[in-house]
Amino acid sequence: MLLDAASRSPLIAAPTVEPALQRQTSFFSRLRNPLLAIVFPVVVLVVWHFATYGQKYSLIPPPIEVARALYDLTFGGIYDDAYSRTLHIHLLASLSRVYGGFAIAMTVALPLGLMIGRISLVRRLLDPTLQVLRPIPVTAWLPLSMIMFGLGPRSAFFLVCLGAFYPILINTIFGVRSVDPRLFEAASMLGCQGPAQFFRVVLPASLPAIFTGLRLGLGFAWVVIVVGEMTGVQTGLGAIIMEARQLSRTEIVICGMIVIGIAGFISDRLVMLLGKRLLRWSPNFA
Amino acid sequence: MPDTTNPILELRGVSKQFELQGQRIEALRDAHLRVQKGEFVCLIGASGCGKSTLLRIVAGFESTTRGQALMWGMPINGPGPERGMVFQDYGLFPWLTVRGNIGFGPMSRGRSAMEVKDTVERFISLVGLQRFADAYPHQLSGGMKQRVAIARVLANDAEIVLMDEPFGALDAMTRERLQDELLEIWQRTGLTVLFVTHSIEEAIFLGDRIVVMSPGPGRIESELAIALPRPRDVVAPDFNDIRRQLSQQLHSHHSRKAA
Repeated sequence: MLLDAASRSPLIAAPTVEPALQRQTSFFSRLRNPLLAIVFPVVVLVVWHFATYGQKYSLIPPPIEVARALYDLTFGGIYDDAYSRTLHIHLLASLSRVYGGFAIAMTVALPLGLMIGRISLVRRLLDPTLQVLRPIPVTAWLPLSMIMFGLGPRSAFFLVCLGAFYPILINTIFGVRSVDPRLFEAASMLGCQGPAQFFRVVLPASLPAIFTGLRLGLGFAWVVIVVGEMTGVQTGLGAIIMEARQLSRTEIVICGMIVIGIAGFISDRLVMLLGKRLLRWSPNFA
Repeated sequence: MPDTTNPILELRGVSKQFELQGQRIEALRDAHLRVQKGEFVCLIGASGCGKSTLLRIVAGFESTTRGQALMWGMPINGPGPERGMVFQDYGLFPWLTVRGNIGFGPMSRGRSAMEVKDTVERFISLVGLQRFADAYPHQLSGGMKQRVAIARVLANDAEIVLMDEPFGALDAMTRERLQDELLEIWQRTGLTVLFVTHSIEEAIFLGDRIVVMSPGPGRIESELAIALPRPRDVVAPDFNDIRRQLSQQLHSHHSRKAA
């Protein structure tokens, strides 16, 4: 509606071209993009099938077997073994660790990032240490984490939290530090000065970067879930992957991988939808 | 009739030096200026003549190295709502709608929600943006953004509007339209305007008085009162006379600097 109104205004020239172009292509691209997106997976499936199907000693099961295993894992009724109809339990366990760990990471990294970004004393005090700790991979924390938090879910939470922590922290610091100085001038000449600028300028201006950090953090939480569940927990997608590996149930391993991929993808999409809604004002999100 | 006894704005021997990569840059040397309430003063000069520095000192964004900047006889120390700035790059808050941007000042100063709403509606119609009241800055054209920026400082009870090449990034058509609108608002509200530009024509078209500045070090070279009746005709012979005169003055600075 706005854009229609804009096209009638003599003052607007440039922005009207783009939406018109979008409208024209949207019908085709809506159909074409999903089609294009499945071309590659189909090719992989075909190659995978012919490379493994009917091979007696193949260590990798053919796709049809993985599909059967996935069905059995979800609904049961095929193999009736320890894995049948257990997917929801593992998925739920992993979901709670991913979102729980992510929530902890967010509650620590967000305020910390804001302070490091804005308060020079905090930055000089903490930033060097955090930067040295940052390159240490989450895997390397595994032994220490199991000593500190014991075997079980608490270690899993810690490791997932660690994975999500840095993307949130780094992007929050970046967002807070890269606010256009012009906006501080604008705010102060309008009568918004001192600490009031934090809530009325710094926070909203750095929201897109903070949001990117949260999105990356959630992504990393999914990435490290397998490591997080190597800590001796019984349930979880990572746990069944590690367990099935020891039992040479490779089809279950692949099922776990696929479910992590899909769950991570959906969770990222939901976050993006939320972002589009909250950050309508930002040309990068709208 | 200008009242020479009590200027709204006065610069007394203002100098500004910057430290840039170990080098001392003299951005402004010994500037004297008096602006009466309701005057429209244009600052013109080549880049590096200190016109933006002068404006930023009046805005309170920069301190003076020597001398004093006074508003109603009181030293300026820091930005304040009575001196509203309009930037060339707009400086709008991208997360606020047109309404939100215009209401930012009144809200920051603790006005009641009702009062803010009234003020916002009044100034949205003043600059003719009713249809775009709920649009975000990135959805607006440059001309519209600059209208929001102007409405924003007016809504905040600015007595002096400081404009730093506000129309420099706009196309010619939009620029002319906004010049007309600005003059209309100025005449209607009795504002005081300090307007930085590098366009001679813009300065003569808008200003009651033109302050000519020259670079290296930045300083005020001369002042010229423009007595042409408004609305001014940019192709009238007397307009052209002033244009020629100013142009010669500005070019002589240039060649002197080059030599």
